[in-house]
Amino acid sequence: MTALLEVEGLVKHFVAERSLFGRALAHVKAVDGVSFSLEAGKTLALVGESGCGKSTVSRLVLRLIEPDAGAIRFEGRDLLSLGADALRKFRREAQIIFQDPYASLNPRMTVGQILTEPLALHSLVPSAQRRERVAEILRLVGLEPRLERRYPHEFSGGQRQRIAIARALAVEPKLIICDEPVSALDVSIRSQILNLLRDLQDRLGLAYIFVSHDLAVVKHIADHVAVMNLGQIVETAEADALFAAPRHPYSRALLSAIPVPKPRAKRSRIVLQGDIPSALNPPPGCRFHTRCPYVIDRCRSEMPQLVPDGTGHATACHRTSELPSSAAIVPSDGGFSPVLEKLVAAFSGGPEAARGGGVSSLGTDPA
Amino acid sequence: MSASPLIEIKDLRIRFHGDDGRVTHAVDSVDLSVANGATLGLVGESGCGKSVTSLAIMGLLPKQSAEISGAIRFDGFDLLKTPDQTLRDLRGNRLAMIFQEPMTSLNPSFTIGDQIIETILRHRGGSRKSARQRTIDLLRRVHIPSPERRIDEYPHKLSGGMRQRVMIAMALACDPRLLIADEPTTALDVTLQAQILELMRELKAASGAAIILITHDLGVVAEVCDEVAVMYAGEIVERAPVDELFAMPQHPYTVGLLGSIPRLDHRAEQLATIEGMVPNMAQPPAGCRFAARCPFVLEACTRAPPPLVELSPGHLSRCIRAPLELLVS
Repeated sequence: MTALLEVEGLVKHFVAERSLFGRALAHVKAVDGVSFSLEAGKTLALVGESGCGKSTVSRLVLRLIEPDAGAIRFEGRDLLSLGADALRKFRREAQIIFQDPYASLNPRMTVGQILTEPLALHSLVPSAQRRERVAEILRLVGLEPRLERRYPHEFSGGQRQRIAIARALAVEPKLIICDEPVSALDVSIRSQILNLLRDLQDRLGLAYIFVSHDLAVVKHIADHVAVMNLGQIVETAEADALFAAPRHPYSRALLSAIPVPKPRAKRSRIVLQGDIPSALNPPPGCRFHTRCPYVIDRCRSEMPQLVPDGTGHATACHRTSELPSSAAIVPSDGGFSPVLEKLVAAFSGGPEAARGGGVSSLGTDPA
Repeated sequence: MSASPLIEIKDLRIRFHGDDGRVTHAVDSVDLSVANGATLGLVGESGCGKSVTSLAIMGLLPKQSAEISGAIRFDGFDLLKTPDQTLRDLRGNRLAMIFQEPMTSLNPSFTIGDQIIETILRHRGGSRKSARQRTIDLLRRVHIPSPERRIDEYPHKLSGGMRQRVMIAMALACDPRLLIADEPTTALDVTLQAQILELMRELKAASGAAIILITHDLGVVAEVCDEVAVMYAGEIVERAPVDELFAMPQHPYTVGLLGSIPRLDHRAEQLATIEGMVPNMAQPPAGCRFAARCPFVLEACTRAPPPLVELSPGHLSRCIRAPLELLVS
């Protein structure tokens, strides 16, 4: 089976400074040789610190910005060779949801107009049936169809993110890129959106590229994780394998730093010293060597390649085999006590109600 | 808690009078206290009144629109009755605050050194030279590399984590007794967050200052706090020592919050959600403010506001159905 999306050797350098005559003087190496693939119905998470290039990758995949080099294949088709018309057709297959639901909806359009526009642009539904389709999409994301006459400012943050998801779903895509979709939301709203995304994936067979810096959220939603540092993937693995035993020193540091909701949690936190080096002038050799606790001379000169181990777990580190065991790196939150477990289940209305929760019973009046 | 807390808030009520004549009940009957050297976590979602409470402590609420009653006793003063001049002497000196967004809380047109030196000279006096030396020491204490050079840089030259460290250095400039940190790590990456939390722990151990940490991240609370107060719709709904709160929360809202966090140890199919919306605080509900969203609601909950009851020493809950373990046994 061919993958839904295959990305190979993707490169994007932004010009940071130009000379008087427009010659580029300095480049930000935002994405520097990134490869991955994603199967239909699965979730790939891109994680890393601010400026690591994870958002740039997500935009390159949709050709919202043009890569400098590399190949992107969607269902076997080469995306980079598509002309304008074909590219528009492709946009039906892949959509994006942004972090800030306040900024990503046009304040002058009603929800109905926001959701009708993609239907009209792609001539998906005859105009007579569009209202019906809008109502259907709203129900799908747990909003009531009567809300279509309202404007975005009349909704809370969580509801706006539902509208953004509805807009992405309107064209029946196969892939949705979620760029920090829950970072701007409160904890309880966040869980509603995460439940919704997962529920939609199960029902519609969507694939997600999930860009996030919140690792607990990633653990919850992702099948596969790619850890990025300064424009490169340093480790990629099945989510369970990565969280069980991260290999790259950078992944170890990231995962060890997750704050867990358990006082006095046992942990062996690796606190990285120093700041993230600038992508304007990335260090030679391994780009993590300035902050790596395991650095040796070789790391300062030779860039490590991403080497797979046969189980789909790939690491870009010269010292992968020599590093100490990473078994206790990810802090343990110990789970709930049995009583608390029952109480949380009762809070969600028991296992029966919880399954449909987050979709069926929403659509509360925003007023 | 020790006999005389460093700061004691009694029956704090804050109402905002809007231009349209509407009155919003931002904070209602909040009682809090923090002992010397302790860290209190103030938890809740957007709009629950946690930041407004901290601004009231600092005396930073607008006098025209905010109506404040109650008492905030700190170090022999009642901060609500203290004249502005005295408050200015306290702020930045014995009372200090760190905000969430380090970019907007530093002045872009002065070097970071100027801004910290100004604080020291304002409260401590002395020569500019000695203030500069102290600033370099402070920057070193918050682990800013080559502070002798960094002191003359402007905020835009620094990264987010660096700026937050400058904010902390500034807050510590006069050895405050109480440090209020409003979402100090929310805007930061997880690795920087770890550095800043580590730093706050270090500083608390070194100076013995009390900290009020305002956050919506229960993970952060579990890491650094001794005691937690959970706020909902302007009220404290639960208060407990940190271990107890995470072991056995006694308010349904806290249960919902804990259930809605993705856990690392097991992958739940569905996270708990808190359905519905926060009540309109221009007309707060007559009974329990969480009643409309609470799955354990009884008819009695909507009739009268529930009192904050102490269930075990130090563990208080504003829920008539507490202890909650009885609901599932």
